[in-house]
Amino acid sequence: MIRRAVLLLPPVLFLGLFLGYPLVTILGISFSAGEGVDLSGFGRIIGSAYHRELIIYTSGQAALATVITLGLALPAAGVFARYRWPGKSTMLALTTLPFVLPPVIVAAALLALVGERGLVNDALMSVTRQTAPLIRLERTAVIVIAAQVFYNFSVALRMIAGYWAAHSPRIEEAAQGMGVTGWRLWRQVRLPMLRPALFSAALLVFVFNFTSFGIMLILGGGQFVTLEVEIYTQTMSLFNLPLAGALSVVQIGVLLAVVLVYTRLQRTIITPRLTVAVAARLPVGWRQWRGVVAVNVALVLGIFAPLAALVVRSVIVNGELSFVHYGALASPGRGSVLAAPPLMAAGLSVGYALITTGLAVVLAVCAAYGLAGNTRRAGVSSVIDGLLMLPLTVSAVTLGLGFITALDEPPLNLRTSPLLVPIAHTLAALPFVIRSVLPALLAIPRSLREAAAVMGASHAMVLRRVDLPLVGRGMLVGASYAFTISMGEFGASLFVARPDAHTLPLVIYRLLGQPGASNYGQALAASVILLAICAFVFVLIERVQVGEGRAW
Amino acid sequence: MFRVIVFFIAGLLLMGSARSLPAAAQPGSVLTVVAHDSFIYTQAVMEAFTERTGVAVEVLRLGDAGNLVNQSILSRENPLGDVMFGVDNTFLSRALEADLFVPYESTALETIDLAFVLDDQHRVTPVTVGDICLNYDVAYFADSDLPVPDDLRDLTNPAYRELLAMPNPALSSPGLAFLLLTVAVFGEVGDYTYLDYWRDLAVNQPYIAPDWTAAYYGAFRGADGGIGSHPLVVSYASSPPAEVFFAVEPLETAPTAAITEPRMCFRQIEFAGILHGTDNLATARQFIDFLIGREFQEDMPLNMFVFPVNEEAMLPPVFEEHAVLPAEPVTMDIERIDAGREIWIEAWTEVMLR
Repeated sequence: MIRRAVLLLPPVLFLGLFLGYPLVTILGISFSAGEGVDLSGFGRIIGSAYHRELIIYTSGQAALATVITLGLALPAAGVFARYRWPGKSTMLALTTLPFVLPPVIVAAALLALVGERGLVNDALMSVTRQTAPLIRLERTAVIVIAAQVFYNFSVALRMIAGYWAAHSPRIEEAAQGMGVTGWRLWRQVRLPMLRPALFSAALLVFVFNFTSFGIMLILGGGQFVTLEVEIYTQTMSLFNLPLAGALSVVQIGVLLAVVLVYTRLQRTIITPRLTVAVAARLPVGWRQWRGVVAVNVALVLGIFAPLAALVVRSVIVNGELSFVHYGALASPGRGSVLAAPPLMAAGLSVGYALITTGLAVVLAVCAAYGLAGNTRRAGVSSVIDGLLMLPLTVSAVTLGLGFITALDEPPLNLRTSPLLVPIAHTLAALPFVIRSVLPALLAIPRSLREAAAVMGASHAMVLRRVDLPLVGRGMLVGASYAFTISMGEFGASLFVARPDAHTLPLVIYRLLGQPGASNYGQALAASVILLAICAFVFVLIERVQVGEGRAW
Repeated sequence: MFRVIVFFIAGLLLMGSARSLPAAAQPGSVLTVVAHDSFIYTQAVMEAFTERTGVAVEVLRLGDAGNLVNQSILSRENPLGDVMFGVDNTFLSRALEADLFVPYESTALETIDLAFVLDDQHRVTPVTVGDICLNYDVAYFADSDLPVPDDLRDLTNPAYRELLAMPNPALSSPGLAFLLLTVAVFGEVGDYTYLDYWRDLAVNQPYIAPDWTAAYYGAFRGADGGIGSHPLVVSYASSPPAEVFFAVEPLETAPTAAITEPRMCFRQIEFAGILHGTDNLATARQFIDFLIGREFQEDMPLNMFVFPVNEEAMLPPVFEEHAVLPAEPVTMDIERIDAGREIWIEAWTEVMLR
């Protein structure tokens, strides 16, 4: 299986060059700021009750939000896996949309709905004839957690639903035939069956909640702070690099520990099994329809209503329908602060996103095959698997400074190169794509491939007829995340220096940097364009046929 | 599969050998300016510089002012550009201490108010001036019995409970300026220090946003179309003219106004400097002259919403009409800022958020 292990080389090389090297460089600088090696930051963290509490709080809120996210996503995923109804796959694909928006826009969308002057309060106030808002969620833990769930719900839903759909419903039916129903069915049949996808989703959602930055600060009114925020403060504002470096190491350490426990577990929980995917069927009877309707209503209210509020606000100007903001976006002149026309920005964003998607999918498939093939050295594999998750654990600001300090000389003089943008995006996207592909790949029983080979199928044919139908879905889900992550300028890429090339999110940030209704309206309009591009691409991706089945 | 790997490695080598854009051009033909994200200008004005000097200007934007300074310090040995624009008086000492700049005393300085020149070695040159002030929602206070506050102490009055939104001083430069204002006004020792003030203000529960954008658009109700509920926000004295200039439909009066009473505003000055290690020294000097020349100074107000430092520069009509440059803004020595900045931020965070 030496050939398989070679496949690990490209992803490991990529991460080593563009993550490991910058990280080691900036940490080296951080810990040698004064004379000699300065590790006092670690002492300060251990000695400070505030920092200890911060680590506990950050982990705790992440765990809580993860449990809630999975708890909500699980029943919905069941409905998506088992039944089909008109518009289902589009709906599932579109749940990813919140991912692409800048935090300040997501906050605006949520507040437009449940804020003190939002729609829900307006309605409640007019019904109850009260003058004060009845629901006051701003600056509470409730809205902070709700925002985390809003962001991550689709990660859990799509991963679990995709995995679930690849399993035959006959196992469940057999169990039901034997009288296993209700909670027992969940506990004894469904949860064990779904464990690989559940753990994958939980891991990503947890890591993502752990490193939460903007949305928590905006909705929490400064009271809720994560380790990531503290790293930013210590780096940018206090320029205390020894402490910032130590905090970075702590964050990477905590998250890497979680990841390694997971990758270790993954080996034991995924037992290859012969799966015969049966096409989802139309719901029968009111009980099944009830589930379908409930999931649809919940998605519309929970995810699409805030986004719709955004769209509505971008086209309602002074109480009337108007596309003036979209017009202003197209014509930089009076009332616009932009140097680049937004259409060009949109084109550039899509270009970066396509490069990112291609790069991330190729690297992730290499990684997944390399890891899945290496069965004899499971321990080594799970460590490498864990290290491939590293990009999600590194603080964006740390990595940004790492780029500046490490990639500054030929042959890797990339710090002002436009190439650094898709590279940074790929770093953020890679873990998502790997986690979308690997569980499905590990679940393919060896016997299936051997049987195909015995029957005379070539290696390529096995890949196409056996692997692709089973892994393809995961690949496409991963590809949509890679595209979205790039379109949304996730994390470190915001700290990447670049010549006058403006992506759509940068246009939004710049518009939101100055006062004036026109700037704000144009920022909303640009956000809607961002949403529309992603929605369009999702629907395209969802129409791609993979192997025998529809790839949703 | 080997083909994929070969392709990948070839790609990496290609990327490695591809020199970055600024370096690819002939030396001397491009001047690279590192700036914060808000460095905005009219393209034609910059092209005029290129026409005069034959040198094209490339701008690298490095995030906010703090990020700009930190990245420049960390890349000091191998700087990202020839000139830096955008370090302000609140972070200037950090940049000077790191010895980032080559001194240059511009001949154009004679048109500039000397009060703005904070470094007597001329390592940096003042380019813009503005003030951090409270802004208020004009309609809200017109409908309310509450008077518009004309003293910082008013904000601690229970009548002003939950009316103020502000950016976090630890995360945002206008937030830091507002903290410095309270330090300058109330002092660090005595019966009533700046921390006593913040303890009293905390009772009134100001909304603390991570940055200016979240405070102004997310929490402030005065912004035209804004969804916030707070009628007071920490912003700039030049925000009201921006509300007029960037209105959707022409406005007679600004929906917001700045409070420019004495001891209510903090002066912010932004500087440019020539970075050590440039091989474009002559052009870099010309560029500094250009930044404080009349042409660029008159272009600035409507792009960056700051005031010119050049006394000969004319203000655009919307500034003449709607902007007020505070008569007695509060200032602070950069040495004092340098000695206290981190301590004040830590103390503020302790009082307000922990």
